[in-house]
Amino acid sequence: MAIEMRSREDQPAVTTRPTIAPASARVPTAAPDPAPAARTTKIEARDLNLYYGSFRAVRDVTIDIPANEITAIIGPSGCGKSTFLRSFNRMHELAHGARMEGRILLDGVDIYDRSVDAVDLRRLVGMVFQRPNPFPTMSIYENVSAGLRLGGGPKPKDLDEIVEDCLTRAALWDEVKDHLGDSGTSLSGGQQQRLCIARALAVDPEVILMDEPASALDPIATLRIEELMLELRGSYTIVIVTHNMQQASRVSDQTAFFSMGEDRAGYLVEMGQTTTIFTNPREQLTEDYISGRFG
Amino acid sequence: MSATPGTLAGSRAPFAERLAAVRGSRRRIVDRVMRTVALVAAVVCVVPLAAILLFVVIKGAAALNLDLLTKPPKALGTGGGALNAILGSLQMVAAAALVAVPVGVLGGVYVNEFASRRSARAVRFAADVLVGVPSILIGIVAYTLLVLPFKQFNAAAGSVALALIMVPVIVRTTEEILRLVPHEIREAGLALGVPTWRVVVSVVLPAGRTGVLTGVMLAVARAAGETAPLLFTALGSRLVNVGQFGQPMDALPLFIYNGARQPIAALNEQAWGAALLLLLFVLGVNVAVRARSWGRRAG
Amino acid sequence: MTTLAPTGRLRGRNAPRRADVVFRGGTRAFGGAVIVTLGVVAAVLVVSSAPAWTRFGVDLITGTTWDPVRDVYGALPFIVGTLYSAAIALLIATPIGVLTAIFLSEFAPRRVSIPLTFTIELLAAIPSVVIGLWGIFVLSPFLRDTVDAWLIATLGWLPFFRGPSFGVGIGAAGVILAIMILPTIVSISREVLSSVPNSQREAMFGLGATRWEVAVKAVLPYARSGVIGAAILGLGRALGETMAVTMVIGNGQDIPVSVFNQAQTIASKIAVTFNEASGGLQSQSLVAIGLILLVMTLLLNVAARLLVSRAQQGPAR
Repeated sequence: MAIEMRSREDQPAVTTRPTIAPASARVPTAAPDPAPAARTTKIEARDLNLYYGSFRAVRDVTIDIPANEITAIIGPSGCGKSTFLRSFNRMHELAHGARMEGRILLDGVDIYDRSVDAVDLRRLVGMVFQRPNPFPTMSIYENVSAGLRLGGGPKPKDLDEIVEDCLTRAALWDEVKDHLGDSGTSLSGGQQQRLCIARALAVDPEVILMDEPASALDPIATLRIEELMLELRGSYTIVIVTHNMQQASRVSDQTAFFSMGEDRAGYLVEMGQTTTIFTNPREQLTEDYISGRFG
Repeated sequence: MSATPGTLAGSRAPFAERLAAVRGSRRRIVDRVMRTVALVAAVVCVVPLAAILLFVVIKGAAALNLDLLTKPPKALGTGGGALNAILGSLQMVAAAALVAVPVGVLGGVYVNEFASRRSARAVRFAADVLVGVPSILIGIVAYTLLVLPFKQFNAAAGSVALALIMVPVIVRTTEEILRLVPHEIREAGLALGVPTWRVVVSVVLPAGRTGVLTGVMLAVARAAGETAPLLFTALGSRLVNVGQFGQPMDALPLFIYNGARQPIAALNEQAWGAALLLLLFVLGVNVAVRARSWGRRAG
Repeated sequence: MTTLAPTGRLRGRNAPRRADVVFRGGTRAFGGAVIVTLGVVAAVLVVSSAPAWTRFGVDLITGTTWDPVRDVYGALPFIVGTLYSAAIALLIATPIGVLTAIFLSEFAPRRVSIPLTFTIELLAAIPSVVIGLWGIFVLSPFLRDTVDAWLIATLGWLPFFRGPSFGVGIGAAGVILAIMILPTIVSISREVLSSVPNSQREAMFGLGATRWEVAVKAVLPYARSGVIGAAILGLGRALGETMAVTMVIGNGQDIPVSVFNQAQTIASKIAVTFNEASGGLQSQSLVAIGLILLVMTLLLNVAARLLVSRAQQGPAR
């Protein structure tokens, strides 16, 4: 089936660059959709297959994630969306028996190359999880600064300012500024999730992955997380996995729809501009899912 | 009584009658009697503990005086105290802990964080087997390796024997506590780009620190009370030994054992005094550590 | 497509971080040390006892004289002593322990069962030598003057209760072992009983059973293998107990018949004889019987643990 994606047919297959180029050198792509020019691709996956032991969870995915926009990944449960997301920050490989085939490029660099340190990668590509997971033995301040304090490398001198900045951007500063010493777990669920977002921001990533970040939260907290995402867009590339189609349509610029094949492996059905996907999708399967014809 | 509605006419007695039949029945009597028997059994379980505590406290307190705590023993029970034993216990248990705690905790870290399933099973198996080895046999091993070659009973061998007893216990308790630490906070740490070792040391271990500490303290209390492994290693001594690990050293359990076996009343009394000291330490640690976790379970 | 050299913030690194390697390696070394220790313990015991095995073979187990003068060693009295005292301990501790576990799990309200369980488990923390001290000066005279006197008076015609009693002996050892293994039996049985699903109890109650009947006919059978496992674990502990037993068992060289006979267990014989054995055949023989003890306790522990874990996975088959 045809897979909608950023077409690169009129670009050379290989883009060679001189070594040690600044990370800002991006690969320009042409988009078949009417979109503002100079949209760049942040992450490219090519023929990606993800396994747990002999079980294939994700099959043959080729996809481009544009930079500084919000990409939503939707689809029924069990079709490998989380597995797929975790391959972007090499968290997938931590599972027992995990295996990948294919390539994933970040700014054109193969992140699974032997010479890439997964730990460094994870500072570039941050993650927010489904259930808030602040470190239970650390205070709010310590939680936000954890990545900087523990990640090796010298502690920045302006740690206080960084903590305040991140908490502000996570829309949490005003609520906690007077009790930064309280335990991270003393906050409500929604606040804890925003704390986790602040924590992820503190290491200055370029990409933020969100695995159903609001599914454990009440509607009001969910709304605040969505507002937060829209504020972060433009400075960060955001990829969000969500069960909630309305959330995807509210928040994202493009949407990728995954489904589960008969071999129980997830695959990419269709990807495109969010408005297109939700009003005029190309695949019947997408249409069925969006109109609720199957789970 | 006429048949109640809903029953087949005349085929079953009315409910109230059947209830009354059970009430006075043999089954009811058996139930009451046996439940009382079970209660009595539970009380019987507590009696030895109470009796031991009572006698140790009473006889031990009678023997407790400043001399017991501050002087070494005099020949044949003509006075003196248990200073040799007190200092010896402190030194040997501390030395054993110095080795056993890092090895045990980090061994437990290995099993839970890094080991493959097969390796984890092997280490767990070895630890479980070692925990079940009678401590006198551990004493024989320490004797063979650390006393025999030097033809000299020494406190270092005693400390090693105690460490051999502590390590498998600490490995198992640490490993079980770390297993309870939720996987999500490990993931959170790794996703931040924190190296693995740092996640373990700064996130996982602190999260489990209460449980790990509990395991360590219980192991220390157990080592403090062990006699058999010291019989062939540290041997015991009437002299106060501070720091000379190449020489024999006394310990509270050894002091109690030797004092109890002599037909001299004064020595027996000193044994009770030493027993009180040992009991206070061991029970103190156990109560402090377990009361906290019991409180959490009940509350 | 060629692989591009990582640039900018993605540093190149051709080997894992050194700190990680060191840390993993260190913890692996310590984990391995546990396995190595087990090997060393087994090896030392086997090697040290080998000359005795080659010299005496099976006679070490079946021989009845332990004679350092003629350098002939047979440990049957001590093996019998070990099993005899453990059997007495089990006989006393199992009914009391299981009944107590039933009480704690099925009948007692939480505000009673929790402190009571805590107290009973505290008994397990008392050092063996302290219990032995109490055994010599309190339990032993008490047994001699009350229980033993009564037993001799009423059952003295049986070979098991032939007097006189000095308070110390295999019976006293059995009693003190019973006290020491009681907490093990109680706590493990209680856990196993508590983990029986409530649906079993409710089904039985629904049939009109009394509380005792529910405990004995629904809960106990379901957890049967676990309770047996608890008893076997208690047995294993009894076999390996040294100090308290040494202090109240007297000093007998013959196979004990009456519970008032003085005797030795393997552990107590090693405890009193090892230091004076001066390294020759006697020492090797002591290590040899220690090895027998080790094998016995190990087998029992493995069997017990299998039973307990099976019980916690489902109903007794």
